[in-house]
Amino acid sequence: MEFKTFVFYFLSTILVYASLRVVTLRNPVHAALHLVLAFFSASGVWILLQAEFLAIALVLVYVGAVMVLFLFVVMMLDINLDRLREGFWSYLPLGAVVALLMAAEMSLVLVGSFYDLFESNVPQTPGDYSNVKAVGRVLFTDYVYPFELASVILLVGIVAAAALTLRGKRKTKSVSPGQQVFVKAKDRVRVLKMPAESRD
Amino acid sequence: MGSMKEIFNSLLLKELFKGMSVTGRHMFARKITVQYPEEKTPQSFRFRGLHALRRYPNGEERCIACKLCEAVCPAMAIVIESAERDDGSRRTTRYDIDLNKCIFCGFCEEACPVDAIVETRVFEYHGEKRGDLYFTKPMLLANGDRYEQEIAEDRQLDAKYR
Amino acid sequence: MVETLQQLLPGFLIPYFNMLMQLGQDFFGALWPDIVTVVWTVIKVMLIILPLLGIVAYTTFWERKVIGWMQVRIGPNRVGPWGLIQPLADGLKLMLKEVVIPSGADQVVFLLAPVLAFGPALVAWAVIPFNDVMIVANVNASLLYILAVTSMGVYGIILAGWASNSKYAFLGGMRSAAQLISYEVAMGLALVVVVMVSNSLNLGDIVKAQGQGRFADMGLTFLSWNWLCLLPMFVVYVVSSVAETNRAPFDMAEGESEIVGYHVEYSGMAFAVFQLAEYSAMLMCSTLISTLFLGGWLSPVSFLPDSIFWLFAKIGAFVFFFFWIRATFPRYRYDQIMRLGWKVFIPVCLIWLVVVGCWMMSPWNIWK
Repeated sequence: MEFKTFVFYFLSTILVYASLRVVTLRNPVHAALHLVLAFFSASGVWILLQAEFLAIALVLVYVGAVMVLFLFVVMMLDINLDRLREGFWSYLPLGAVVALLMAAEMSLVLVGSFYDLFESNVPQTPGDYSNVKAVGRVLFTDYVYPFELASVILLVGIVAAAALTLRGKRKTKSVSPGQQVFVKAKDRVRVLKMPAESRD
Repeated sequence: MGSMKEIFNSLLLKELFKGMSVTGRHMFARKITVQYPEEKTPQSFRFRGLHALRRYPNGEERCIACKLCEAVCPAMAIVIESAERDDGSRRTTRYDIDLNKCIFCGFCEEACPVDAIVETRVFEYHGEKRGDLYFTKPMLLANGDRYEQEIAEDRQLDAKYR
Repeated sequence: MVETLQQLLPGFLIPYFNMLMQLGQDFFGALWPDIVTVVWTVIKVMLIILPLLGIVAYTTFWERKVIGWMQVRIGPNRVGPWGLIQPLADGLKLMLKEVVIPSGADQVVFLLAPVLAFGPALVAWAVIPFNDVMIVANVNASLLYILAVTSMGVYGIILAGWASNSKYAFLGGMRSAAQLISYEVAMGLALVVVVMVSNSLNLGDIVKAQGQGRFADMGLTFLSWNWLCLLPMFVVYVVSSVAETNRAPFDMAEGESEIVGYHVEYSGMAFAVFQLAEYSAMLMCSTLISTLFLGGWLSPVSFLPDSIFWLFAKIGAFVFFFFWIRATFPRYRYDQIMRLGWKVFIPVCLIWLVVVGCWMMSPWNIWK
């Protein structure tokens, strides 16, 4: 067995185990942590495919930012597990349909690659080939409109988040540091010359 | 114009650099640390440290069991019991100072009409068990015998201010 | 691989080395080159990590000394000559102490958190170029790698806060995690500008790009480093990395004197690992500043040779700078920290990004 194959199976085992734990664990924080582990091993698999830019971006965006915010929320929730499991049987049909659909899609992809239906072979590239440059070039030439569209959508998201959390006037009485730094002692304190009173 | 100057100053972090120059200068200043066991700060002759009971030069203990110190002690650290001695004089049978309670105010010394109870300059003492800092009459007298010379010199120096 | 090793070894060892290679070849067959690669990589990693741990230990000592001097004190001088054995004594003490796990704490996560805080600070060293050739892994996108890895450090903090089963630790963890995430945005934007002007994501190439320019031709290389033409970014990056390493005046995470932070429940070696993480993150940040803005291993003037010692000098100077500001400034208030990150640094970065973009498109582009 080649070393690369060994690494692949090693990472995939971790990936499959972690993903399974994400859906089976009771404790939501532990589930989120296993999701982080899953992202991590997935990025390892991507590096094996020589897609190091995508792999690093996965870690940077999902592990470094998204999952942290996720953990923030999950940690602060007071989750009652019994109440969560109340509707298990009523939701089961819908969930089963979705699960079956996903399994069918995945098996289609697997079968397709087995019969060489897709051109999914990884192109072999020379060692000094810069993945980042290639991604950047494609992103700003062929896919510039989808790219710009995505950024506009994200911007709208930012504005919407700001608008949702804006709650009218500031209620705190703290002084704005922007004004604070321009205050001088001269404006606030007046030093008076007072002649000492003589005792008559 | 003035506000422009302020904006400029705040953007160039002028205040921060001022602060850093202060600490930067102090880095090379002469250090004021007193390295205790080797170096010690000067002591006054009025220093109030470990207690001692004094004696007259002929060996007679000074304390006459008037219990003024016991009365004045704000921490109630002093316990005195007295009895008549064979020669008819009033003496203490018990003179205890609990140094765990003592606040070293020096009132006992000031109250004493015969300069029997005094506070010496000794401050480097310790107890290793519970009760080690409960000083009884023999221990206090031993302190007095041990530091008598220093005590006498300090009283001499202080005499003109009394 | 084998050839480079043969060049590195002293002459009298080469026959033994060849013999070992032959033996391995006979025994393992086709797997042998892979094994050699792995062993050599492990040796390289050890060559970085072991000195790093020693340096981190002595950084704590140096910090106590420097802050002592700035407060007109002497600093530790009791253990060994000039107190030089102090870090070892501290380490010994921390190792002998018990690691108390609070009741109701999540044991696994509680013990995992310090490791998660320390790991990223070590892993990031893999792509740091010490000079032209000395680098563990010469990755194309090494800057992205560093960003990704340092963004992982927040897990140690947030998990330590959560796993302690204490509301104070939890609040502290939340506080510093929010701080880290906010300042990462400003840092990332500052790095985008650096990447723009050096036209590469590789740290080695970024350093080499700083050695060119009008001033470099005049012999004053230090003026063509990134810090001058990207001065606002430099300031933003330096301040953000102070905030990123949770050090004073942004040490909301620790707040030893009046507020409590994410590691209140930690003791002994578990706490020490957090400290190690903080100091190695500080070294890491100084290294990054030196590499990205101060020309890495390049010498400041062209008549002196470029060497790894310049990099060490720059790192040392920045570590000293970290101590200096810790000794000087009082702690920021939390809302002001967040305000500085979001309302000052990010707009400054965005504006300078556009300015540099226009500059590069104009005829006065100096980064060709």
